[in-house]
This record gives sequence, structure tokens and C-alpha cells, in this order.
Amino acid sequence: MAYSDKVVDHYTNPRNIGTLDKSSKTVGTGLVGAPECGDVMRLQIQVNDVTGMIEDAKFKTFGCGSAIASSSLATEWLKGKTIDQALEIDNMDIVEELALPPVKIHCSVLAEDAIRSAINDYRIKQGLEPLVAEKSHH
Amino acid sequence: MKLPIYLDNNATTQLDHRVFEVMTPFFLENYGNAASKSHAFGWKAEEAVDYAREQIATLIGANEKEIIFTSGATESNNLAIKGVYEMYAAKGNHFITVSTEHKAVLDACKHLEKLGAEITYLQVGGDGLIKVEQIEEAIKSNTVLVSVMYGNNELGVIQPIREIGKLCNSKGVLFHTDATQTVGKIHVDVLADNIDLMSFTAHKMYGPKGVGALYVRRKNPRVKVTAQMDGGGHERGMRSGTLNVTGIVGFGKACELARLEMESEAKRLSQLRDKLENALLKLEESYVNGSSEHRLPHTTNISFKYVEGEGLMMGIKDIAVSSGSACTSASLEPSYVLKNLGLDDELAHSSLRFGLGRFTTEEEIDYTIDCVTEAVNKLRDMSPLWEMFKEGIDLKSVQWSEH
Ligand SMILES: Cc1ncc(COP(=O)(O)O)c(C=O)c1O
Ligand code: FES
Repeated sequence: MAYSDKVVDHYTNPRNIGTLDKSSKTVGTGLVGAPECGDVMRLQIQVNDVTGMIEDAKFKTFGCGSAIASSSLATEWLKGKTIDQALEIDNMDIVEELALPPVKIHCSVLAEDAIRSAINDYRIKQGLEPLVAEKSHH
Repeated sequence: MKLPIYLDNNATTQLDHRVFEVMTPFFLENYGNAASKSHAFGWKAEEAVDYAREQIATLIGANEKEIIFTSGATESNNLAIKGVYEMYAAKGNHFITVSTEHKAVLDACKHLEKLGAEITYLQVGGDGLIKVEQIEEAIKSNTVLVSVMYGNNELGVIQPIREIGKLCNSKGVLFHTDATQTVGKIHVDVLADNIDLMSFTAHKMYGPKGVGALYVRRKNPRVKVTAQMDGGGHERGMRSGTLNVTGIVGFGKACELARLEMESEAKRLSQLRDKLENALLKLEESYVNGSSEHRLPHTTNISFKYVEGEGLMMGIKDIAVSSGSACTSASLEPSYVLKNLGLDDELAHSSLRFGLGRFTTEEEIDYTIDCVTEAVNKLRDMSPLWEMFKEGIDLKSVQWSEH
């Protein structure tokens, strides 16, 4: 199965690889997936606690090319968004943008899970209620 | 050096030009049916088939009458297993095989289970090998067949075939081996190994796809299998169907070339394989899967911990290899062969199989070493697991989200 040009581009030049200080109150960290499943994604957001704007986003991913591309794209999209806007990112947007084939949809689901998980972590640190009714895809 | 580089010779091999050359006249001019006894077209085809049968038999130390042509090793395995089950039903219904066999063996056994067979699936050790004692313990009074593959397609490990053959012979149990990856790569001798039935195929040894053989012993004991394909009664009644003359001619030539070149090739390939393996093992946290002592000369299977196999293959896109990673399979399950070694799923996901072949050059191996090393390092830089490992976090202690 051939990869789309966009997947190849994100894989070859991944955006925003890296690590933010996970102990900081303004950083939200999402770690999703499991090594036994062959995919683990860590996505972090740096939030301005005055404006509620995501100022920086970083990822590291253990997974296939589509998983790497999905998380790279997610960090790109997250930057400059508010938390509420970030919550609107749907895995199917990622599927569409990267032209992922059906067998790779779960890689995009993982990216969406990672976004929600990072936001939750941030909310908890800020003393807010965690999001409820997290979409279950599995 | 031409890109891409082909290092997936356990999946299939490139047709050798010398094989292609002897095949071409049989596509165009010599199109007779080997079963036509009444004219020169048929005689010519039959003669060519007989010659190929001899070339094939010689490679494995068999008599040409013991070669039954099939469409490939999948069919040979099915014919051996199902054919023995039917033919020897009066003798018993218990078969012994191994959990790391090819699906063609395992699924044929599963099929028989539904028909009332009793199958014992033995577990291999961490090195991928089965012990003769395990088989000895499993043999019962109603055991009819033991089926153990010769060289494993994913790991390259070689089972103790000669000892198993001897044991089976002494117990009066038939012994089948799937030698698809082995014939033509290392010396195989059906007599010395006490093999009663043996599956192999042309396309793994620089011959054409779609033609294979089942060796069926004719003496001490005389073995028979019930045909699974009914029809004109070809191949001594064990496999009907007009023979694939062109393919068989190529198969014969491929066996002859293998016989002549095997020894020097095995030496050359094991040197190249060792060079590749030693260089890649210099990477931290990389491991060879399966025994490196009892192994085919051209295969190595290596796990690069904290890097996912499919992601890695994408990073070495000019090199054709395969991976045990689930991401490469539709089922999202990692390789059952690697799991059977007792490997953590995580390591199975991180594996690459390199299968060298007749046309592999040293230059290609050098390129592969550089390319894989670079890709592994790059992917580790973006792997959260690598970062955690480097921080000394025990990954087993982490609460992973259910997936
Ligand atoms: C060990 C083993 N057995 C059987 C087969 C099937 O061979 P064929 O493609 O000729 O049906 C293969 C090839 O994939 C193999 O590696
Ligand atoms: S991470 Fe397994 S298919 Fe993408």
C-alpha cells in the first residue's frame, strides 16, 4: 500500500517533535496507546492560562508512518487554537487531510485521543473538571 | 547499485535468467501436453518433465518417481497432511506439529480437526527450536504423522530434522517436513534425514511461481497420500491436472543451479548476513530473534526496541524487507511466530526480517546498514518509549490506556 504524499511529507519532516515540561501547570500531556499494540503517542500542549490559547505543541510517537503523520499534523493544527477549538478536531479531519486508507483510521483515532487526553491533563492541573463522555472508538 | 534493494528473498526470489531461458521454448513452441502419448508434441513435453523430475530428485537425494508436482508448497502441504489423514485413517487420527509452522500446515491441521483429527501443537523454545524429546513424548499409539518445518520462513531457524526423522522412523510414524525455505539453500537429503514427505516450491529458489513438489517416499516405507484433486489420475494418481510443463522445466533448472552453486552461495550469503547483522547489533537495544546457531545462511530477524516495524520500513523505503509488526497486517496482530518465541508483543512489533539472495551484493548490504542505522536513530528520536527508556522508566510499570 502506497502512502499519500502528505503522510510521506510529515514522516520525512515531522513538525514539532519534542518534549515539554510535563510538571508545568500550563502544560497538558496526553499519552495514549500501548506498546503491545504497536502504537504509543505522546502529545503535549503549552497553554497560555490568560488567553486559553495553545501556544506550543509537541509530540513523540512510536507507531507506523500514518500514526507519526497524524500526530505531526495534530500538533500543527493545535498551535494557535483555543482549548475549545482544539476539542473540535475530529479524527476524520485528519483522515481526510492525510488521505489515510481505512486500515489506518485507528492511527488518526489515536491522535484525537491524544489531543483530548492532553487537554484533560491540562484541565485537571488547572483545577477544572476533566472532560466527560470521551468518545470511545474501540 | 540499483534502488530499490530486494532483501525479501524469503517471500519470493527473482527468477534466474538461466532458468528463464530454458523455459521460453515451452511457452511458445513446445506446448504439448505431457500426458499426450500419441504424438511428438506430447512426447517432447513428457521428456522435458522427466528430465526436470530428475534434476529435482537429484537435488534432494530422491528417486525421480518420488516427485509429485503441485502448484506450490501450499498445495504440497495440504496434500501431505490431508492426504495422509485420509489414506491412513485406519491407522490412527493423531498428528503432531509445531505452533510456528507456516499457515498452510497449521490451517490444514485445523481443517482436519473439524473432521475429527486430534492435533498436538508443540511449543518452541525461546530460540524458535523444537526438541526431539518433545516429539517423542507426544507420540502415541494412534499417531500417524509428525509435521515439522525444516527452516523457518520468518526466523530462518533450522529444526533438528535428522533427529526427528530418525525418531519417527523408529516409532513407525510418518514424517513430513515443509522444506520450502530450505531446499536449494542448504544440503537436504531425504534419505539421510529419514523424511517421508517433503514440500518445496520453485519460486523460493530463483524459479517460477506456481509450481512446487511433494516428495513422497516409495521405499521403506512406501508412502501414499489420497489425492485432494480428482481427475485424470496424473502423478501416480496423487495429483490430477495437466502438468505445468513450462514451470516444471524452470523448476528443474532452478534445482540444478542450486545444486551446483549452493555450497559457495551459502558461504557468501552467510558472510554478508553476518556483516549486516553484526553492524545492526551495534545499535543499542537490538536483538536477533531465534537461534543464530541453527539457522539458514541468508536470513536474519532483528528487533529494534522502541521503534515500530512499519514506521521503520517507511524510513528505509528503498529497501524491501518485511516486518512482524501488526501495522503491516490487516488483523492488527503481530507475527504469531515471534509471539511463539515468548517475545513481548512490543518486540514483535519492532522486528524486521532480512532475506538475502543470489543477487544480493556487498554494496547493497553496506547501503542497508547505513540506511537502517540512520532510520532507527531518527525514529528513536521521535519515540516516546525510547525517551522513557533513556530516563530509566520501566515501561511495564506504566499504566497504558486500553486500546
Ligand atoms: C515455509 C513455507 N511454506 C509454504 C509456503 C507457501 O509456498 P507457495 O507460495 O509455493 O504456496 C511458504 C511461502 O510463503 C513458506 O515460506
Ligand atoms: S500505528 Fe499501527 S497501523 Fe498505524
